[in-house]
Amino acid sequence: MKMVVAAGTPGSGKTSVLMHAVRDLIRAGHHPALVKIDCMWTEDDARFKRLDVPVAVGLSRDMCPDHYAIYNFQEMMDWAAGEEADILLNETAGLCLRCAPYPDKALAICVIDVTTGPNSPLKVGPLLTTADAAVMTKGDLVSQAEREVFRERIIEANPGCRIIEANGLSGKGSAELAELIRTWPDVEGEMVLRHNPPLAICTLCTGELRVSKEHHRGVLRHLDGFMEYVGE
Amino acid sequence: MSQTASQSIRPLTLTIQGGVDKDGHPDGVPSMEIARGEIIGIVGPTGSGKSTLIADIEQFAWGDTPSGRRILINGLPPAPELRSDPRKKLVAQLSQNMHFLADMSVGEFLRMHAKSRGKDPALAERVISLANTLTGEPVNPSFQLTILSGGQSRALMAADIAVISDSPIVLIDEIENAGIKKQEALRLLAGEGKIVVVVTHDPMLALMASRRIVMKNGGMVKVISTNEEEQKIFKDIEKVDGWLASLRETIRQGEAVS
Ligand SMILES: Nc1nc2c(ncn2[C@@H]2O[C@H](COP(=O)(O)OP(=O)(O)OP(=O)(O)O)[C@@H](O)[C@H]2O)c(=O)[nH]1
Ligand SMILES: Nc1ncnc2c1ncn2[C@@H]1O[C@H](COP(=O)(O)OP(=O)(O)OP(=O)(O)O)[C@@H](O)[C@H]1O
Ligand SMILES: [Mg+2]
Ligand SMILES: [Mg+2]
Ligand SMILES: [Zn+2]
Ligand SMILES: [Zn+2]
Repeated sequence: MKMVVAAGTPGSGKTSVLMHAVRDLIRAGHHPALVKIDCMWTEDDARFKRLDVPVAVGLSRDMCPDHYAIYNFQEMMDWAAGEEADILLNETAGLCLRCAPYPDKALAICVIDVTTGPNSPLKVGPLLTTADAAVMTKGDLVSQAEREVFRERIIEANPGCRIIEANGLSGKGSAELAELIRTWPDVEGEMVLRHNPPLAICTLCTGELRVSKEHHRGVLRHLDGFMEYVGE
Repeated sequence: MSQTASQSIRPLTLTIQGGVDKDGHPDGVPSMEIARGEIIGIVGPTGSGKSTLIADIEQFAWGDTPSGRRILINGLPPAPELRSDPRKKLVAQLSQNMHFLADMSVGEFLRMHAKSRGKDPALAERVISLANTLTGEPVNPSFQLTILSGGQSRALMAADIAVISDSPIVLIDEIENAGIKKQEALRLLAGEGKIVVVVTHDPMLALMASRRIVMKNGGMVKVISTNEEEQKIFKDIEKVDGWLASLRETIRQGEAVS
């Protein structure tokens, strides 16, 4: 089984790009299965189902959607195997830029929207810096010069990554992405994360609603960057 | 597919191998070869697939776009790095977009673009002075890109292509509606010995091309070569256009036309 994790900020074009790539994979004789992870609600499953492939949804609710995905990867693989799929594609919620839910052996794809401006590759953090490939979307809305500057910024953030210029509407770039997926090694044995998830846990994580310092305990960072353990 | 065309070969010919139209019928033009120094027009009604054909050329389609067309350089399939690496890119494109979205200053942006193309960042100043020959309202390096007008943005995009991108193949999608000096812009972009493909509804620009591809329903239906009769008409249009331009200028300056 091959495993693909597609991450990227909300609305960056993950579903649109994956739908085109899935069509290419089916045409090449593969059996992809899709899992969409989100927090509260999604309609991506309805879009994916139009492709006539196995689709599952996981809603993380109170949990960080990336933590939730990481916790459930084995279950997703077992489900995909039960559906007789040979490629598991996982679309993340893409909300927590501090987490990067990429297991080492999966193909890690960061979908990134060029209209968010040339500083965004520096903002998305481990989601981009630890990815194998960056898929640039919405290039149709900007000039070639802007696409090239954006690309330069991606290379600054992640010098080794493969960059694919895609269009979620026309399907441009999907053939290249599908080829990358097809040639990626199968996952086997134990997998570990590429990037450590956020530090520790605080009283906010356990349900404290009051704001400001006096109500909180845990490993916490001040506005000036100073970090300390507050508590017993 | 053992041989591919790479950057070391200055492209001499660009070949478009036909694919299919929106209904899957084969292109009426099975294959078309374009040589260095040629300006080729693309004409056809709105929605007929002009921008799609430009996009096929831009990405060196290899049967992997909806049209199924293939693009060859010197008769060979282009090497994969020519598709993506801006430092090796053979194609510069002026798309239909009229605005910049990046929130940075004009100077900073142009320096960064020069860097991405492996060029000297000092070229930024030349881009700006060239852009200012194409537009009435001057652009200043300290301006934010996002406040530029449509005409200023297009002028800057055109000058950027002429100076920084400087690729042997130039693709232009409708330059006439941008409010910039269209004929100067086209001459500037065409440079010396480049292949220029220009989408246009403008009779003067269409006749500046030696040949034009006619699009319909997503397909290339035929190729028309500009004949002597048309070249005569071009001279007339040029005169009319010059007259219109001078009237426009008089009105802009707030004077009465006579
Ligand atoms: N112009 C343009 N629009 C695009 C492109 N790719 C996607 N879109 C549009 O962007 C919007 C969001 O695309 P989605 O594919 O739903 O994005 P997503 O990342 O899956 O979004 P979430 O799952 O909600 O996080 C849709 O309206 C798409 O049609 C593109 O390349 N160009
Ligand atoms: N050969 C083709 N096969 C499939 N779809 C096509 C083909 N050519 C064009 N299309 C589709 O037709 C639509 C219109 O095409 P396009 O935008 O290229 O037209 P245009 O001539 O540039 O129009 P305009 O003058 O309005 O700019 C697009 O959605 C495009 O994807
Ligand atoms: Mg989605
Ligand atoms: Mg168009
Ligand atoms: Zn998180
Ligand atoms: Zn917490």
